Amino acid sequence: MIAPRWGFRLGWVALAAYVAYALARLDFSWPRFVTGLDNGARFIARMIPPRIAQPDSLANGLLESLQIAVLASFIGILIALPIGLLAARNLMPPWVSWPARALIALARSFHPVIVAIVFVKAVGFGAIAGICALVVGSVGFIGKLFAEAIEEISLKQVEAVRATGASFLNVITFGVMPQVFGRFIGFATYQLDSNLRNSTMVGIVGAGGIGGTLFSAFQRFDYDFVAAILLSIIGLIFAGEVLAAWVRGVFLARGKVEEE
Amino acid sequence: MSRLAPEGTPGGGSALAVRGLVKEYVRGKRVLDGIDLEFAPAGLTAVIGPSGTGKSTLLRCVNRLVDPTAGEILFGGRDIARLHGRELREARREIGMVFQEYNLVERLTVMENLLSGRLGYVPAFKAWLRRFPPADIDRAFELLDQVGLAGFANQRADALSGGQRQRVGIARAVMQQPRLLLADEPTSSLDPKTSVEIMELMRNVGREHRLAVIVNMHDVELARRFADRIVGMSLGKVVYDGPPAGLTDPQLRSIYGGESWLA
Amino acid sequence: MSMVFDGAGTRTWKRFTPRQRIARFAIYLALVAGIVASARSVEVIPEFLIDAPAQMQDLFKRMWPIAWAHYPRGVHDSLVETLHIATLGTILAVAMALPVGVMAAHNVVPFKPLNYLAKLILVASRSVNSLVWALLFVAIFGPGALAGTLAIAFRSIGFVGKLFGEALEESHRGTIEALEASGAPWRSRFAWGYWPQVEPAFWSIALFRWDINVRESAVLGLVGAGGIGMALDTAMNLFQWDRVAMVLFAIFAVVVIAEIAVTQIRKRIL
Repeated sequence: MIAPRWGFRLGWVALAAYVAYALARLDFSWPRFVTGLDNGARFIARMIPPRIAQPDSLANGLLESLQIAVLASFIGILIALPIGLLAARNLMPPWVSWPARALIALARSFHPVIVAIVFVKAVGFGAIAGICALVVGSVGFIGKLFAEAIEEISLKQVEAVRATGASFLNVITFGVMPQVFGRFIGFATYQLDSNLRNSTMVGIVGAGGIGGTLFSAFQRFDYDFVAAILLSIIGLIFAGEVLAAWVRGVFLARGKVEEE
Repeated sequence: MSRLAPEGTPGGGSALAVRGLVKEYVRGKRVLDGIDLEFAPAGLTAVIGPSGTGKSTLLRCVNRLVDPTAGEILFGGRDIARLHGRELREARREIGMVFQEYNLVERLTVMENLLSGRLGYVPAFKAWLRRFPPADIDRAFELLDQVGLAGFANQRADALSGGQRQRVGIARAVMQQPRLLLADEPTSSLDPKTSVEIMELMRNVGREHRLAVIVNMHDVELARRFADRIVGMSLGKVVYDGPPAGLTDPQLRSIYGGESWLA
Repeated sequence: MSMVFDGAGTRTWKRFTPRQRIARFAIYLALVAGIVASARSVEVIPEFLIDAPAQMQDLFKRMWPIAWAHYPRGVHDSLVETLHIATLGTILAVAMALPVGVMAAHNVVPFKPLNYLAKLILVASRSVNSLVWALLFVAIFGPGALAGTLAIAFRSIGFVGKLFGEALEESHRGTIEALEASGAPWRSRFAWGYWPQVEPAFWSIALFRWDINVRESAVLGLVGAGGIGMALDTAMNLFQWDRVAMVLFAIFAVVVIAEIAVTQIRKRIL
């Protein structure tokens, strides 16, 4: 830790140099920034106090975002589990696992907004496009993590269950599932939260949810309504995170289980 | 070099017959070089020999965790080496196995690990919902008492000590109601005192449930103490097959080679 | 789990305690109810659904062949700008997230109000999507890369700060206790006790977030915050789908390169 001091310092210098370079490339100028700050102050002033200009619109938007998140997560998990299982290289032969892995990688490659735009073009404006877009993202995320979790299990436990004469499904249920269930709950709840966050945004491109309400409020310069919408989004997501933590607590009993 | 079990063991006919078993992991290198053995329906047989001589491979060929290259394994009137799919699973139900590293499902409870011994009999949906027949649950509790783990049913497997885990492993194997019990170095991960306890348990369980027990081990003294019959292997072949009393130093030398460890 | 002796003296076994069962059942019930309710109220316009495969086919037909020639003039500079937005934004975020993350860790800063304040900042930061942050900053600073960089930065604070705070909370007490016992001040306790333990996690988190930010930066241009998203927006508005395909491919390529870079750097450093 003490020794490579000069290498360390060089790193900081390089960093500072890059920051200066990048700022120049991005057309950053101090006067512009200061004007912006001034703008910002005025902006914040217009946002306070937050005002719920259209309660119906707000409520519907939030509800729709919630629906999109719930359905996308559910369908996404349903599809991702078998694909993730097929993608596990320790359980499946290469001619099965490689296509599955390719599919998962493809699903992860594109930003949900871009996928949403494509689906809006395909199935029209509205929540369906949002759900489809988030399903694709969920399959990519959960498929990848599920396959990784399976690849990290101890095959000895699986071997023992096989030795009892159990069928393939029973081997999966008793040998594989218990080893991956904990991690599965972890990333499934994470993905639910992530979908909730994304569902508040895909509306900006017309895929349903409160993003649409937000965008139109922006365009009408209704900044106090914008503030109200942002606060409600934050509240919704916070509630989602608390719920996810509780669900994790219920399903992940650690260590010794109490005897009644 | 095959011999039936020594006199004094009850029952005639063999529970398991291995004929001409050959296993090559790598072409040309035989780990098992033509094994002929017969096992009576009762009694504890210890298989001894240096590491790498194929003891574990032999056991794993019997329940087809490893596929033999050639030879026959006759069990229950059928050649296990030729079985596939459902028939193989049905055969496996009758063979219980105990592992060196216990191979319990760590995150499940002791009770669930015991019940997993019945997975060859329970359909997938019921297994998922953990709806096992009451008779199985009763038997599980009895077995827990027998192996000295009464009251441990709801403990998670990873909360147990090594000796306790192996007891669960033995109970799980016996839950299958097998005719044959295989044990692959069951005491190698345990301290000397616990090793003796586990060997005692296996011998008693074998007697009480009338099982043929085949145990791999490299502790010769333990083998002498608990086995009714000893099979010594060297370089993939059987070089000794008889009672513990007949295991003299020259015999041991032919199994393990070298002088110094005997002194 | 429970063991119950019924009248006949035979023991039964259930996998979960009654309380656990009720909790699990409640969750399943809520899940099913939520899914059914959502499915029923989501508007499905059948004509659109039936039309969907044809529409998608039409879209892909228009995207082919990809307008490679468009790259040098229309795409390259924006792509580079996107990378700068992502990198600068991540650097800025990390700088801002470090103190907030420290403030959120209850073992490093054992002062509840500060912990709560920090956690609030982090939740707010990551609840607002980078696209929405971009909208905000475009309204304040005008369209361009500045808005985009700040959007990336402000969104990433929540991510980096939360993970960093958690890493701090999971560090071992040993070294820190020794330092406390020797009377070291807070700054030293942090620099010599906590930092060495969390440093690998710190770089890992920063790298991870940079990777995500490259993806995020690519779409910010859709709302005018600079980067390749603007080229995408322009091409879509002009219905030049072959150029859209070019842009999408460029984004894809950059994301793949970024992932490879991150994997390589991870191997060296971690």
